[in-house]
Amino acid sequence: MMSLGPHAMAVLSAYAVSLLLLAVLIGASLRRDRRARRALEEAERDHG
Amino acid sequence: MRALLLRDLRIATRAGGGFGLGLAFFLIVVVLVPFGVGAETATLRLIAPGILWVGALLAALLTLDRLFALDWEDGSLALIATSPAPLEGVALLKALAHWLTTGLPLTLAAPLLGVLLNLAPEAYPWLVASLLVGTPALSVIGTFGAALTVGLRRGGLLLSLLVLPLYVPTLIFGAEAVRRGADGGATALALMGGITLGALALLPFAAAAALRVNLR
Amino acid sequence: MSLWDYANPRKFLAVTTPLLPWLAAASALLVGSSLIWGFFFTPEAERFGSTVKIIYLHVPAALMAINAWLMMLVASLIWLVRRHHVSALAAKAAAPVGVTMTLIALATGAIWGQPTWGTWWVWDPRLTSFLILFLFYLGYIALWEAIEDPDTAADLTSVLCMVGSVFAILSRYAVRFWNQGLHQGTSVPVATGGRTVADVYFIPLAIGMVGFGVLFVWLVLLRTGSEIRARRTRALLARARRMPPVPLATEREA
Repeated sequence: MMSLGPHAMAVLSAYAVSLLLLAVLIGASLRRDRRARRALEEAERDHG
Repeated sequence: MRALLLRDLRIATRAGGGFGLGLAFFLIVVVLVPFGVGAETATLRLIAPGILWVGALLAALLTLDRLFALDWEDGSLALIATSPAPLEGVALLKALAHWLTTGLPLTLAAPLLGVLLNLAPEAYPWLVASLLVGTPALSVIGTFGAALTVGLRRGGLLLSLLVLPLYVPTLIFGAEAVRRGADGGATALALMGGITLGALALLPFAAAAALRVNLR
Repeated sequence: MSLWDYANPRKFLAVTTPLLPWLAAASALLVGSSLIWGFFFTPEAERFGSTVKIIYLHVPAALMAINAWLMMLVASLIWLVRRHHVSALAAKAAAPVGVTMTLIALATGAIWGQPTWGTWWVWDPRLTSFLILFLFYLGYIALWEAIEDPDTAADLTSVLCMVGSVFAILSRYAVRFWNQGLHQGTSVPVATGGRTVADVYFIPLAIGMVGFGVLFVWLVLLRTGSEIRARRTRALLARARRMPPVPLATEREA
């Protein structure tokens, strides 16, 4: 592992926070999309 | 048009109409601040311009949700919209009524409250001038926000979320004008005047568009 | 065939759905390689030490935070002028992406400011402008959420987006008037063609900016697709509630 010097905490926390936020956004978008697809399939099967 | 303005003023000034409520709120904010930050006169003098401006801004916000709500509930807004009077004019008129019942009293009361906060003596004319120039912008921006949220049952909280970011430029220039006084305050005042004129010229159209959508 | 044909929701889904996995893979590759390159294989800057590595997140996120708002503005205008539903839904879909990018830019800016300026937060013009942009995003999203009728919501949020854009620009100049600030000048001035970042840092940064752009496109297309599907589901259910007979429904579909 490379050394990040005295600011290791700052760099690592910046990466952690950003990647976490991106993961939440991507996860929420994907889950929403799956739900929307499933709901549409059901609606088309039942009422289409 | 004139009848409409008079009617709005009458509604606002009768008991429970909200007139005076904004002023009382302004007074309370200014009284509470020294309890929060301490009674040090030098500190209070330093923050007085900002407190007075933020207080005035919040007080103006407080009465906004009544702007169209009553007319919406009893259906007279739809009636006004079908009348020959242009909706843009109606929006401007509503803003004028809001300013007469909120912005103007706030401007007149601000110097008195400035005494409580130990405002620097040379800042008083700047305080009155900046509020006089700035509060019309607060009213007309608020009218736009009220037009956006008129159809919503609990629009009050949303209204503040929508309107407060729009108040940022006016607040900055207003408080800066008071803080800088003779030393650069005129620039801030002129820039704020530009914002006010622009808002007065353009936002009634946006407000009328929002009202038309909501009345559809 | 004109560009406007893609404004048809069915056509939009048919074209974009097969593209989604490719866009996802491309953005993962680009963002991943930019961050890994930036994190492990770039030297530390003399003045900033290892904190320079934060720019691979901060700059692309800040760029996309502004571009997302611009895209929403364009989409809102298209909706108001041509009334294509896809356009309104794309604006709605872009807002949460934009707000996340703004948050990343603010968070990395604050974390970077701590060792560099010695404080988490300074009321610097750029940081302040981003905070105000964040508030605008919140208001926009809240208005979408608050209104039930989708066309009314699309109209009102479009008007808000236009007025908000004007005031966001005004705020930017007002904030600059208010406080001169500590933030260094822009790292990649597009207009002048020059740049203040050395090549070792610039190449991974450029890959990151392209990667965040692809990521944004992917997320917006994905979320727009979800919105279209959700709306069609609502329409189908509403129709089924209005008229139960099945044969009629199939006839209508044909």
